[in-house]
Amino acid sequence: MKKIHIFGIVVIAIAISLIVSTLGNTSSYVNFQRAKEVAEAGNNKEMHVVGQLKKNASGEVVGIKVNPDKVSFSFIMVDNDGEEQKVYYNEPMPTDFYRTEQVVVIGGFKGETFLANKILMKCPSKYQETTV
Amino acid sequence: MEETLHTGIGAVGHLSVIIAFVTALLSTFSYYKATVGSSLEKKNEWLTNARVFFYTHIVSVMTIVVALFSIIYNHYFEYHYAYSHSSRNLPTHYMISCFWEGQEGSFILWLFWNAWLGLALIFTNKKWEAPVMTVFGAVQAFIASMILGVMIFDLKIGSSPFILLRDAMVAPIFETDPNFVPEDGTGLNPLLQNIWMVIHPPTLFLGYAAGLIPFAYCIAGLWQNKFKEWIRPALPWMIFATAILGLGIIMGAYWAYETLNFGGYWNWDPVENAVYIPWLIMVGAIHTMIVFKKSETALKTSIILVLSSFILILYSTFLTRSGVLGNASVHSFTDLGLSGQLLLYMMFFVIVSVALCIVKWKKIPTSDYEVSNYSREFWIFIGVTTLSLMSFQVLIPTSIPVWNAFLGFFGIESNLAAPADQIGFYTKYQLWFSIAVAILSGTGQFFYWKKMTKDQLVKDLAIPIVISLLISAIIIVSTVMNNMSYILLVTASVYSIVSNSKVLFSILKNSSIKLSGGSISHIGIAMMLIGILFSSGYSEVISLNNTGMLIFDDAPDDTMNKENVLLWINKPRKMGEYTLRYRGTFAEIEGAPGYVLKSDLDLTDDPFKVIAKKDIKFNKKTYFKKGDTLRTHPENTYYQVEYEGEDGEQFKLYPRAQINPSMGLLASPDIKTYATKDIYTHVSSVTDPNQEKEWSDEKEIESKIKDRFFLNDFVTVFDEMERLQFVDGVPLSQEDVAVKAKLRIFDNDRVYRAEPIFIIKDRQIGKVPAYIDDLGVRITLNKINPESGIMTFGLKTTMKDYIVMKAMSKPLINVLWIGTLVLMLGFIIAMYRRFQEYNKLEKS
Repeated sequence: MKKIHIFGIVVIAIAISLIVSTLGNTSSYVNFQRAKEVAEAGNNKEMHVVGQLKKNASGEVVGIKVNPDKVSFSFIMVDNDGEEQKVYYNEPMPTDFYRTEQVVVIGGFKGETFLANKILMKCPSKYQETTV
Repeated sequence: MEETLHTGIGAVGHLSVIIAFVTALLSTFSYYKATVGSSLEKKNEWLTNARVFFYTHIVSVMTIVVALFSIIYNHYFEYHYAYSHSSRNLPTHYMISCFWEGQEGSFILWLFWNAWLGLALIFTNKKWEAPVMTVFGAVQAFIASMILGVMIFDLKIGSSPFILLRDAMVAPIFETDPNFVPEDGTGLNPLLQNIWMVIHPPTLFLGYAAGLIPFAYCIAGLWQNKFKEWIRPALPWMIFATAILGLGIIMGAYWAYETLNFGGYWNWDPVENAVYIPWLIMVGAIHTMIVFKKSETALKTSIILVLSSFILILYSTFLTRSGVLGNASVHSFTDLGLSGQLLLYMMFFVIVSVALCIVKWKKIPTSDYEVSNYSREFWIFIGVTTLSLMSFQVLIPTSIPVWNAFLGFFGIESNLAAPADQIGFYTKYQLWFSIAVAILSGTGQFFYWKKMTKDQLVKDLAIPIVISLLISAIIIVSTVMNNMSYILLVTASVYSIVSNSKVLFSILKNSSIKLSGGSISHIGIAMMLIGILFSSGYSEVISLNNTGMLIFDDAPDDTMNKENVLLWINKPRKMGEYTLRYRGTFAEIEGAPGYVLKSDLDLTDDPFKVIAKKDIKFNKKTYFKKGDTLRTHPENTYYQVEYEGEDGEQFKLYPRAQINPSMGLLASPDIKTYATKDIYTHVSSVTDPNQEKEWSDEKEIESKIKDRFFLNDFVTVFDEMERLQFVDGVPLSQEDVAVKAKLRIFDNDRVYRAEPIFIIKDRQIGKVPAYIDDLGVRITLNKINPESGIMTFGLKTTMKDYIVMKAMSKPLINVLWIGTLVLMLGFIIAMYRRFQEYNKLEKS
């Protein structure tokens, strides 16, 4: 076997292991129930959950609690299956949080609370104006 | 009815797009004919045609640029592009940014660079003109088709930047008045209002455009069976493209560092990855092309790398523009319905490249020579493999959304998401690859310049290894480094700097500086690695909130550090070795060097104009007088934070925030730069000025002149009363009375003045309250008792002004920036040498 062949095999092996380990490191989009199951199974892998803020009958956002030192807050989020869940975030509340149409929280369950490490928001007309 | 819309310029623009598209196709066809023609005479005829078409193409591209720019520059808001990307108050240099903020404009930018690069090729390389320009023409036709904006039956081809607002939007106003033109545009995304955003996209696109040149040469070489000859003219362009793209990437990183508040310069966002992936392959291609020139090996590898680098550029365009990343990235473009067209564009060149390779593969010469362990070919080959794997590692996770979309196409639902901690995930792999790159770039240079044997190698490497181990040991011990991978990276980078410096000195001593490009670039890369390692690996949040107090009783994790601090106005707060004081909100004023306290300015009806309440001075020079009308940028608010170190050092930082009605709080940091570190500060939350204030119930306070009393928590001195002749410029009659109470309010080390007014005019009582926004107080003068001399003040309070801020320290970040300059210097020297080499060869 020529050296170049051994080299080729090594490179392919590295490439395959890169793919495999990437798949092992990916997160997934799940609902709260699934995220809870994962956490209860002792896996602290981070999950993406997509949903909306809880609103009352007149459309106002409810359930946001800002810590008095303003450096953390919690809110109630409803996932796409309609399940409500308290989410805690260790960062200040984003200014336009009340107006967000959709939230993606990335994190996992700690006991009964979902601890978000990152929040992605989709605000109305964030990218494109649609009215004059 | 009189025509009020400026439809002419749009028609010219749109027509030019069509001409540009058609001439690109015609020049492709003619250049193709000129390449494959049967006789020299025929070939020359077609070549003449082709040039005429390409020149026409250039003229029409320039017309497109001029047309779109004048639409933006002249504020023709009847055009959708101007309306949605620009506004009247935008300075000219940001109008340039508007030009390419939208997808269509950025395609035009790409078209523009390609046109000029094509012209440069026509003039510099007659031998290769016909086949190379065939590829150029085809690429131009594809790009021009992206902005065609025509409907063929139900198929939309391209999105035109020249459509009118009324055609782009459904709004009731156009039914009543089809000629309605909005007063102002929606403006430029404030995050893009930054000088780096003016120059960074054109640089990136020049890099993209230049990346086409080596690809075109490679295709031409395979096509014309000139398997080896294409390398020589393509190499200098490959270095040029890599240098420019690299410069663009770094500018983008610097912009992110300066303007975005994630506290870094690289976030492994898919859009950032999309430029990094092809760049690594381009760097690899430079190396194999140089190897080929020296020793006729690595030809097939060069062909594969050059072809893949351009295809990866197309792939990254697809990623960022098709909307496929919509949920994964913060700054990809929105979908304009062009993904099918982009896919077609990419697949066309993939198929052409693969087909050409398959057909010609057997004919491509290979050298039989078995590569020895002590040859430069071997080491460079390993280096290039490392670069390719590095690129591959980023490519796979970045493509996850594409993979999901692809499976969805077959009805399989895939819910894979990118790794949650992107930075941690990519760093884990890229760190080890970087160690390999540093070692290989340090060692490879020795092989490159000499014929090497085992003994020679030991002799040559001994001194650099000893020196670099010494230096690294000092760094490791003095920074108490205990992470194995960091230790290895530092050692490998120091080794690369030392060994490349040794090579550099011997080059400078023995031959010409022209040959030093390689070693200088490698030193630059190693410096960048050290800078990245320290600035991110040892980046430290210094605004830690370590009180350990459990605020929410049901908080899931009370041990977690909170990385922000709350600063009430004027109230000092310890943060590590610093004492911080937040001093209020400031505005920037045109024509003055610093920022002006907002409470020293009066607002007018025009948000861009304010009136000075007192003289505006900086460094004892008066810039504006009291009462002057000044121009400001109302979207920016600067929050002054005073830092005071334990050693008495003082400085002020002005982190910026924009409270944007549609995007919320956009925070930009302010940075204090030291030689060894940066102190990086940004606001995370502020009192929202647009929010309605909630005032407390009024409390009455009685006081006499010269008395002291408490307003809320603030000591207040009631200095005097003053009788007024005018209120709001209106003279008062004999029976009317108006008085002003003068109060001084002390908050920590700051004094505020409040002057509430009490009026009796036409037997009516009027009260003009005094507001002190910083302190959140509103004071009225409610009653005056002339007999007892007791005045009654009414006090309402709301929340005091505050900010929540985050501060980080970034050690040795300057090494990263200096390293990039060194890298660029290396690229310039290498480019100069290769262009010169090629020119000499052409002339001989």
